[in-house]
Amino acid sequence: MTAEPTRPGLSQWLLSEQPASRNQARLGQAWRIWLAFTRNRLGMVGLGIVVLLVLVAIFADVIAPYDPLMGGDLRTARLLPPSWDHWMGTDDLARDIFSRVVHGARLTLMVVALVAIIATPIGLLVGTTSGYFGGWIDVVLMRITDIFLAFPRLILALAFVAALGPGIENAIIAIAITSWPPYARLARAETLSIRNAEHIDAIRLQGASSGRIIWGHVVPLCMSSVIIRVTLDMAGIILTAAGLGFLGLGAQPPQPEWGAMIAGGRRFIIDYWWVATMPGIAIFVVSLGFNLLGDGLRDVLDPKAQQQ
Amino acid sequence: MSARSVLAEGRASALPALLGRTLRLSATVAFTILGLLVVTFLIGRVVPVDPVLAVVGDRASKSTYDRAFVELGLDRPLYVQFGLYVEKAVTGDFGESVLTKKPILDDLIRVFPATLELATVGIIIGTLFGVPVGVWAAVRQGKLVDQVVRILGLVGYSAPIFWLGLLGLLLFYAKWGLVAGPGRIDISYEYTFTRVTGLYLIDTAMQGQWGAFRNVVSHIALPASLLGYYSMAYIARMTRSFMLNELAQEYIVTARVKGVAEWRIIWVHALRNAAVPLVTVIALSYAGLLEGSVLTETVFAWPGLGQYLTNSLQNADMNAVLGGTLVIGIIFVGLNLLSDFLYTLLDPRVRRRS
Repeated sequence: MTAEPTRPGLSQWLLSEQPASRNQARLGQAWRIWLAFTRNRLGMVGLGIVVLLVLVAIFADVIAPYDPLMGGDLRTARLLPPSWDHWMGTDDLARDIFSRVVHGARLTLMVVALVAIIATPIGLLVGTTSGYFGGWIDVVLMRITDIFLAFPRLILALAFVAALGPGIENAIIAIAITSWPPYARLARAETLSIRNAEHIDAIRLQGASSGRIIWGHVVPLCMSSVIIRVTLDMAGIILTAAGLGFLGLGAQPPQPEWGAMIAGGRRFIIDYWWVATMPGIAIFVVSLGFNLLGDGLRDVLDPKAQQQ
Repeated sequence: MSARSVLAEGRASALPALLGRTLRLSATVAFTILGLLVVTFLIGRVVPVDPVLAVVGDRASKSTYDRAFVELGLDRPLYVQFGLYVEKAVTGDFGESVLTKKPILDDLIRVFPATLELATVGIIIGTLFGVPVGVWAAVRQGKLVDQVVRILGLVGYSAPIFWLGLLGLLLFYAKWGLVAGPGRIDISYEYTFTRVTGLYLIDTAMQGQWGAFRNVVSHIALPASLLGYYSMAYIARMTRSFMLNELAQEYIVTARVKGVAEWRIIWVHALRNAAVPLVTVIALSYAGLLEGSVLTETVFAWPGLGQYLTNSLQNADMNAVLGGTLVIGIIFVGLNLLSDFLYTLLDPRVRRRS
């Protein structure tokens, strides 16, 4: 273990073999994971990209040099190639593409965060309930999960958006509805290995209700593997959202959503390549960041997968 | 017991096991397809578009509206409506497309070959490149090749397919003129052959229309390579991991000790064992190409299932959307079943266990 030379006291406290309190043990564990993670170079690159995305989303107003929705002079500022004034050029409505990409980070982050917030609890709930109770509850819930898994994700999201109507909120709902089944599968598998453990029996003997056991003792143990899976899925979520935007079913114009921006630039890609290319680079970099971060987390938290 | 009788017994016991497995699988499949029907039915119900107005138009009188309402069965309870829906779906009746005014099934049969051709060429490219590259990466684990395969995989997992498609069109078609542009075939070749299978590569080749054949190849090259790249990224990654698993087994050591040539150990001994799970991976990525085709077909104006779906979506043609979704879902289930079946067929260990 490499100790931090600047703060030996804190590092020693964190890495202590005999933690004095539960919090010290928890913080120490988190610190060990962090130390292992920092040694994974690609994982750190991924983390850097994701942190950058969050920062850009928060400070979009400060970073963006122009208004993302209102363009410049339509006579002189349309479809300008990348230059010092417009780093990524301008689009057909004379809007600065860099400013739009920067503001688009907000939409992307919103989609990713909301899908994770909606889909993860559904997956956890279905999976842990199914695994804990077993029997017919398990059969019914897993059959439903299988049905959702039987549809290709983008196609099912398309059908939902078609029913709900286009728009970024509906796209988020559709993606969330199609994302939870793998988490449920995973949570169920984890629960099956936990449910007969002795500490669960001990809690049950103390008279804890099923809900309390699942929520308080099973869910926390499933968390780490589900979190890894969600992080690995983030890139897929971003790509699905961008795909929906590209098909005109996600965010609606003039919202600066990256997929929709590519669709907008598609008509004149041959003469003005930057309009469609720049937002694509943004999608690519952010997805890559999430993929690297997820891979790194998996290597640290799940040593079995690393050898594969 | 002689070796022959053991073999005979093995065969005799394998057949009922295979049968039982097939039966169980078909029950699962039937249930899953019923579930798919429930999902598409419910989606169709929550659409804010009034299905009656879609039929009679918004200027219809009250009496016309009411009659259509009853004829569509909308006055009956939901479960009766669902029963009717299933009954019709089983006979292949998904309703009529508002856009083309034809039965959905006819439309789907018309557009499907285009998607099938694209996905098939794509998976062939993906397998031909993915498997050797994956084996190579496993053999030289941690070396340059391995890193390159990893990067190729990461790019495949991170780049939006429609964006790469647009860039491909920009470079290979517009800038360098290496391939033909969007669509399946140039209009000048459109009527030089008759559609038999709907797969233009086969149709043109069988009728000896080599000019048209070359044109079709030139059109399919870019989108199929794109799909092939995405499946290659996945297949190579999985091949690598299966091969690493096999190469660590003891029979490999035995083979080495016996003095079997290294290429033979890798390509014959290890790869044959890795091939069993690999079949599943290839079947699944074949199914995945159907999904990827929605975006690819939009970019390349490819008149297949994906474009049909998006066109119908943009025109609020709900029957067509749900019919198409259902068909893709069923194909997905079918391919899953196929891969499961192949797995049993190829791996005697799985066959015995069940």
